[in-house]
Amino acid sequence: MSTSNGERLLPAPQVDAATEFFFSQAREGRLFIKACTSCGKPHWYPRALCPFCMGDTEWRSASGRGTIYSVSVTRRAGPEPYAIAYVTLDEGVTLLTNIVDCDLDQLRIGDRVEVTFKPAEGGAVVPMFRPAQE
Amino acid sequence: MTIKRKACIVGAYEHPTRKAPDKTVAQLHAECARGALQDAGLTLQDVDGYFCAGDAPGLGANSMADYLGLTRLRHVDTTDTGGSAYLIHVSHAAQAIAMGKCNVALITLAGRPRSAGSSGVAPRLVTPDTPDVPWEMPYNPVTVNMYALAAARHMHEFGTTSEQLAWIKVAAAAHAQHNPNAMLREAVTVQQVMDSPMISDPLRKLDCCVVSDGGGALIVARPEIAKKLKRPVVNVLGAGETIKGQLGGQVDLTWSGAAISGPAAFEEAGVRPTDIQYASIYDSFTITVLMQLEDLGFCRKGEGGKFVADGNLISGVGKLPFNTDGGGLCNNHPANRGGITKVIEAVRQLRGEAHPKVQVPDCTLALAQGTGGLLGSRHGSATLIMERQ
Repeated sequence: MSTSNGERLLPAPQVDAATEFFFSQAREGRLFIKACTSCGKPHWYPRALCPFCMGDTEWRSASGRGTIYSVSVTRRAGPEPYAIAYVTLDEGVTLLTNIVDCDLDQLRIGDRVEVTFKPAEGGAVVPMFRPAQE
Repeated sequence: MTIKRKACIVGAYEHPTRKAPDKTVAQLHAECARGALQDAGLTLQDVDGYFCAGDAPGLGANSMADYLGLTRLRHVDTTDTGGSAYLIHVSHAAQAIAMGKCNVALITLAGRPRSAGSSGVAPRLVTPDTPDVPWEMPYNPVTVNMYALAAARHMHEFGTTSEQLAWIKVAAAAHAQHNPNAMLREAVTVQQVMDSPMISDPLRKLDCCVVSDGGGALIVARPEIAKKLKRPVVNVLGAGETIKGQLGGQVDLTWSGAAISGPAAFEEAGVRPTDIQYASIYDSFTITVLMQLEDLGFCRKGEGGKFVADGNLISGVGKLPFNTDGGGLCNNHPANRGGITKVIEAVRQLRGEAHPKVQVPDCTLALAQGTGGLLGSRHGSATLIMERQ
């Protein structure tokens, strides 16, 4: 059996003070995470204050490469199956995402993945992940 | 300061309906309140504390307290941690009673998600300004896959199998056969669970709870009042509560909030997991049960699969009878929230009023465990330990 993700029409991401920088950088093909200017730790999802020490935070460029921490192919929540996953970036934070552009049935925890950017409504793009090319 | 034996559960009522297209949510709350007060032998005028959560229509408790006719309130609590809230309400009611803030507390839950067409594969309702939403909603998290991610990781780390998860449903169904109000009353086999359609790997249709209309209510009262009533006295012995999230991106799906709320409840109660004769364990999905059992200390972390297999959760068969009403998997999951029915069945067991086919002999010590929200992202957890006096 093989399952491919259909091209879901993604809703436009919510743009506000918390997200504007992230999604404007995503349009340029860049993935950012946030880290604390006091304790230095990266965190996810991005916040204005560090969830570890309440220090101020700043955006940091991320490699876009990571490893699948967990993955589930959801088969009954719409017209097309899709893979929802937690991916641990090489920077050490784990984020919720979709894995795309592959046979979803072949995805395994521990697989290496890389970021890809998928179009959403209104010209926005949303980061997702696909199996690493090498 | 402790709540140990400072308050008693004197009334418990589970609405018999599982589909209520012709009733309002407020009416269901009221019918549950009436049922619990009648069960206790108390009246509306005795209630001076009211507890409800997000399923109650209106602003906080304001609308429901007025609708119910609660005119003597001295204490109000609208703590909402999803389906685990009602176990926290029992604990908070016991605290309020111990502090002299109220004497008789009413807790209500009701909803009609079945009539409203709710489903575990529909996008979850979110409120504006919820901070995690812009980072997660594009990826279509729905109820079932936010539990499936935990199940997949558990299988990866510990070798847990789908057959082992299926045993949880098999045990719930074995009990539900004896509950005339249960939504699903047929026994099922491990093979039937394995043959049911895959919803979100590795969770199949029969790993998922029912969607039902209905509700329930509880009355918590001061021990002096409980002793004057005609029902068996059920003491609150200990309680724990917490919230577990994504830990700032250090996501760890191998444990649930029960790892924090459970030990707190056992410590306050002064008992151990091996002392518990009956356990109500929240069962939105089979994996929810398995992880909470581990985190509560009924078995070691990673050994939940072995623990639940071979009928170990079936009353009269295994070591830990669980969800003898059929649980959320087979009986009832009103308002898509499981907490209150967990307490109600534990009270039935402690009173000796469970169905004779599933009644635990001389049940004097019981536990109820709730998880509310999403196991795979953010959830509240509450543990309650009760004894028959």
